[in-house]
Amino acid sequence: MELIPALYIILPLLGAFLIPIVGHFVKGFQKTLSVLITLFLVVYSVWFYVVGYDAPAVTKVGGWEAVKGIPIAIYLVYDGLSAFILLTVNLIAFLSTFYAMGYIKRFTAENNFYALLCLMIAGMNGVVLSGDIFNIYVFLEIAVIASYALVAFGTEKRELEASFKYQVLGGIASLLILFAVGLLYWQTQTLNLADISAILQYEDQSTALIFTEVLLIVGFGLKAAMIPFHAWLPDAHSSAPSPISAMLSGVLIKAVGVYALIRLFFNIFTITYELTLVIIVLGTLSMVIGVLLAIGQWDLKRLLAYHSISQMGYVVIGVGIGMMIIFEDGNRTVAALSIAGGLFHLINHAVFKGLLFLDAGAIEYLAGTRNLKELGGLSRKMPVTSSTSLGASMAISGVPPFNGFFSKLLIIIAAVRAEFYLLAALAVFVNFVTLGSFMKFIRYAFFNLKESGVSLIKLRLPFSMKFSMITMVILCVLMSLMVFPFFREILLNPAVDVLMNTGEYASKIIGS
Amino acid sequence: MTVYIMCFILFLVGLYGVLTRRNMIKIVIGFSIMEFSCFLFLAMIGYIENGLAPILKEEMENPVYVDPLPQAMVLTAIVIGLATTALLLAIAIRIYKKYGTFDIRKVNELKG
Amino acid sequence: MNGMTQIVKKVTQLMSGLIFMYGLYIITHGHLTPGGGFAGGAIVAGGFILLILAFGSKVISLRKEETQTSITESAALLIVILLALAGLFLGVHVFFNNYLPQGQVGELISAGVIPIYNIFIGMEVAAALLTIFLALVIYKEEVAS
Repeated sequence: MELIPALYIILPLLGAFLIPIVGHFVKGFQKTLSVLITLFLVVYSVWFYVVGYDAPAVTKVGGWEAVKGIPIAIYLVYDGLSAFILLTVNLIAFLSTFYAMGYIKRFTAENNFYALLCLMIAGMNGVVLSGDIFNIYVFLEIAVIASYALVAFGTEKRELEASFKYQVLGGIASLLILFAVGLLYWQTQTLNLADISAILQYEDQSTALIFTEVLLIVGFGLKAAMIPFHAWLPDAHSSAPSPISAMLSGVLIKAVGVYALIRLFFNIFTITYELTLVIIVLGTLSMVIGVLLAIGQWDLKRLLAYHSISQMGYVVIGVGIGMMIIFEDGNRTVAALSIAGGLFHLINHAVFKGLLFLDAGAIEYLAGTRNLKELGGLSRKMPVTSSTSLGASMAISGVPPFNGFFSKLLIIIAAVRAEFYLLAALAVFVNFVTLGSFMKFIRYAFFNLKESGVSLIKLRLPFSMKFSMITMVILCVLMSLMVFPFFREILLNPAVDVLMNTGEYASKIIGS
Repeated sequence: MTVYIMCFILFLVGLYGVLTRRNMIKIVIGFSIMEFSCFLFLAMIGYIENGLAPILKEEMENPVYVDPLPQAMVLTAIVIGLATTALLLAIAIRIYKKYGTFDIRKVNELKG
Repeated sequence: MNGMTQIVKKVTQLMSGLIFMYGLYIITHGHLTPGGGFAGGAIVAGGFILLILAFGSKVISLRKEETQTSITESAALLIVILLALAGLFLGVHVFFNNYLPQGQVGELISAGVIPIYNIFIGMEVAAALLTIFLALVIYKEEVAS
């Protein structure tokens, strides 16, 4: 079987435009098609991890070859990092879609829901695969416009307000990115990422270039909800339907925010001290302030949304420490360890935060409320939800057999070995606050032995919801295996290698 | 160089409108101003003094064309801008239907 | 929604055909002159919007029209994707490959698949703009009533 990266974009797009036509006439078509497409993409990603491929696999759209070493086609690049993020995106997409089969029945307009979901997946896959900066912008817009509409899907007061806020802030971010793309084109006369990287290697840091970098950090930082730019995230993520919250918190902020930042600042721009410092400071602020804001929340999904900000901080400092060591020409093993920790935490966060949002959806589905003060004593009435929530809470707060412990451990070890003692101490401190916060969630939702307890509005969860939740909690445990050398070699190392060898991206792609 | 800075000033004018107006429709208008400043900037970086429209004709030898790539980018960005604006307006109208006002100070269910 | 005065109606009758033809011209000559699918599609949609505004329409028929345009839009985009996908199977197996014979530069029928893309993108854009317009008009009628 030959690797065709374009399939990751075409299939969800086909789904998105087939559903409104055929779904009109055939009942149940929309669910089946979207589940099949996402399942196929997961299998496709895993298949190429198993059989291997010659990295980086470059597709030139339209078959236009480079002229005198100048690329003219739009490139789709499938290398280690893209493969890793694609696996994350499509895995969470599959589980959320499967969960939605049971959950979304209470909304009308199922066709629109699945069509928009497919469009969002296509957009995210496109951002991850694209090797062309303007295409990153286009796919990013496809993904976020679909997500604006999905956040407002309930069309109640809160959803509409959250969506408006999200659209205004997200739109400002997109326009800043577009402006930066224009500036970059003005300076380099090319849009291809590899070509830009090759040209910028020989140029000094001009004022215009620094301005471009600042615009890109602010734009993608807004998309990734780093702390000074986080205002939209708690509203949008808590107002969306639960499977969409899982997608937004689990993968959207990573694929369009953090991935783009990492790719641009490792592989395209030359790493500078100021830039690294800004990224580490943003990460630290997100990590600490996010968790402090989460303490006072009583709305379950809002609490989870604030924790997303905090956990993304871990990912960013993991990657940022690696960047700092590469800049200082320090110990490369420590840098690799740090980046591996960051990426490992990225996929772990996608799984456990996705699971927590799905659990929140299950609680809302059965109990009709997600206010922690009104819940209580659910552990007997909802055994599946309570056990999976317990697993996910232990994973997010770093309790040993679960995956969250190992990724945080890697980041903290790397921070100590790179002599960032303050960061290491803060990471441990934040972890304890997270643990406390999730103990509150478990206690108030499941074990609070009130006399009356909450009365359920429905009796049973549909099979599809249970299936997704149980699969994800199993993944939470299984993914701890990734610290062991064998699995690390297969899954994490190709991605880390791409980031460690910062200059190779350009030479490999232009040479192909 | 001056024209590029003027473009950015136009961008900031739009941003000012988005951040200070209370009426949702005015926010959308400010948003459009930001969008069009970006389009203007993109169209301007492709301009070459005395350049021709980039259409292939047989009779001319080594003509000077303006850069067609930013024009393609502007067209794509206009389509995306259209989608964003339409969605913003649709949501604004829905909010008007629920709350009975366009004033964002009165639309504040979500806090904290 | 009510129609406009007799003068507007008469002028619209005379003009709408011309606007429509001009849109089609822009779409079909997309590979030869400036313009193409998006610009032409916008003009075609403008013609339809002019007709609806001038003659007015009932909300029910607007709703029916909205479902139809949104189906047309999806269908046209689907055909564009299938045309691109066909590049994977015909010719040299690349996505978006131009697999048809290219012809002479400057002829109306030339440039391989590009005119076909233009036609379907024009359809898509016209249908999409019309859908947006209809959706906003229907909202307005609902809020007013």
